[in-house]
Amino acid sequence: MSSVKHSVSDALVITKRQLQQLVRVPEVLIFNTIQPVMFVLLFRYVFGGLGVGIPGGYVQLLMPGIFVQTVTFTLAATAQGLAQDMEKGLIDRFRSLPISRSAVVMGRTLGDGLLNIVVLVVMGVAGYIVGWRPTSSLLHIAAGFILLLFFGYALSWCGVFAGLISKDARVVANVSFLFTFPLTFLSNAFASTTTMPKPLQYFAEWNPVSTMVAATRQLFGFHNTFGVTAHSYPSEHPIVTSLFYMVVLMAIFMPLSVRRYKSANRR
Amino acid sequence: MIAPLAYDGAMKSVIAENLVKTYRNGQVKALDNLSLDVEEGTVLGVLGPNGAGKTTTVRVLSTLLKPDSGHATVGGIDVVKDPKAVREIIGLSGQYAALDETLTGWDNLVMFGRLYHLSGEQARVRAKELLEQFSLTDSAHRPIKTFSGGMRRRLDLAASLIVRPKVLFLDEPTTGLDPRGRMEMWEVIQSLVKDGVTLLLTTQYLEEADQLADDIVVIDRGQVIARGSSDQLKAEVGGERLEIVVDESDIDAARAVIERIAGASSVVDQGLRKISAPVRAGTDSLIEVVRELDALKIHPLDLALKRPSLDDVFMSITGHAAEEAVDDSAAEPTKKKKGGRK
Ligand SMILES: Nc1ncnc2c1ncn2[C@@H]1O[C@H](COP(=O)(O)OP(=O)(O)OP(=O)(O)O)[C@@H](O)[C@H]1O
Ligand SMILES: [Mg+2]
Repeated sequence: MSSVKHSVSDALVITKRQLQQLVRVPEVLIFNTIQPVMFVLLFRYVFGGLGVGIPGGYVQLLMPGIFVQTVTFTLAATAQGLAQDMEKGLIDRFRSLPISRSAVVMGRTLGDGLLNIVVLVVMGVAGYIVGWRPTSSLLHIAAGFILLLFFGYALSWCGVFAGLISKDARVVANVSFLFTFPLTFLSNAFASTTTMPKPLQYFAEWNPVSTMVAATRQLFGFHNTFGVTAHSYPSEHPIVTSLFYMVVLMAIFMPLSVRRYKSANRR
Repeated sequence: MIAPLAYDGAMKSVIAENLVKTYRNGQVKALDNLSLDVEEGTVLGVLGPNGAGKTTTVRVLSTLLKPDSGHATVGGIDVVKDPKAVREIIGLSGQYAALDETLTGWDNLVMFGRLYHLSGEQARVRAKELLEQFSLTDSAHRPIKTFSGGMRRRLDLAASLIVRPKVLFLDEPTTGLDPRGRMEMWEVIQSLVKDGVTLLLTTQYLEEADQLADDIVVIDRGQVIARGSSDQLKAEVGGERLEIVVDESDIDAARAVIERIAGASSVVDQGLRKISAPVRAGTDSLIEVVRELDALKIHPLDLALKRPSLDDVFMSITGHAAEEAVDDSAAEPTKKKKGGRK
């Protein structure tokens, strides 16, 4: 009993540490929010004309795309944070303490999740200012944001694993970014998939980023179909498919990461 | 209470038996059947050159690394079978300070205190105590990034003392510190030892082991090559040596004086015109030699009392200088480097 209590409180100590870091180096938080806001503005005003015929304009399609893209980058952020802790020997020190094996990675993913809340709120406000108007009920809108947070959280666990197996914080951040960045474009996030070459359409159809974008669009009151056929499973049931992806990712990477942490060695 | 593990009639706080740890499919033997033990309340100095296996030993004993074979106990608890129980009673300060660089010293200590399951209040009280003990109170609220190497080291040590560990592991606590920082660290460590902590510390400096340790094991390529008290080791090496450089014409006369006072035969390097001999009475012998040479009107060009260094220990025990274990250690690794030396 007390060991469960301890593993929760240990994880919260690690999360608190991450928040303290943000207070000491506020530039991290500022940059983390400026970048997505910049994306909102760029896409809104550069590609705004693309949305001819879309009720409410392109920005209605765009905002869920940028939301999903932003939380996707959590993977790289988590990976980099953990790899840095490895490099500094902090993971060694944590491992020499009588704390639960999951505390450090739990605390880290929680911290990155909290950061995402801040970022999503700021982006939502920026979106509202440039004309984004969800048409669904408040409950649906909240569900949309919760889904986004969970997606970020699930990817954060992939990041934990990547960070623990990596040898270098900068390398793992770049590799994670190289992996996630195309994913966010080989999707329906910014443009319709129907103009892509056929193989890419198939890929985009099953890409979790696409299902997430479609799921949040739906929750924000805008139904959209995508992929090669409009009747494919992910296109018809984007929310269920997205949830499925998240569960699978966490089922794989949570135990893998905790296992890896147990024997994590610097160098 | 019954002593869990006792031989030689003394309680052993740390026992390592035949530890083996290899890397790269057995090509690098970081630990090669290494055994050592630390008696409760004493200090063991693990002395060895770069790559000898010091850090690997500390990592195995502090549960960070599983040995390939062999076994080890700390406080009577097996490090492989019950690592969590071991972590409850040890403190570890690794070779490089392991702190959160963006946080302040205060934040770091409170965080680690909380991770040792102190209450918020207890953690703050302890942080304050430790900062005072380590003379860091004035810089407590500065980010670690702005700390000097010596301050970092002290804070790192402080973090390993939060719950007053029974057994403390310090991996090269003074490497990279300037002489003053080293002296300060020695004082801190000596005061800990006075409080009765059992300490295993690694070092590359014989002088440091001499200052701090009750017992010393010398390791090289993952093996213990010598063990004993500092005096025993020095005796094995031959203790201090007197070295004198004189004019070529004075060599024979000076040599006679030195040999008589040292009570031992000397070695003469004709090229450098250097005479050296082991002496037992240290500075007294030095003074005596100077006096007699002066009476003979011989003026030494250079005069030194050399304390045995780690290199001397190695020379006398292994016949080769202390070298970093080269990865293809099966081959004879000492030659390449020696050639490169002056
Ligand atoms: N993760 C690793 N992978 C491969 N080889 C390793 C690894 N860790 C240690 N070694 C090797 O094991 C040997 C012992 O290393 P160790 O770090 O224990 O030495 P050390 O005595 O602490 O040296 P130093 O004084 O440089 O800190 C070295 O040859 C080192 O290269
Ligand atoms: Mg080392």
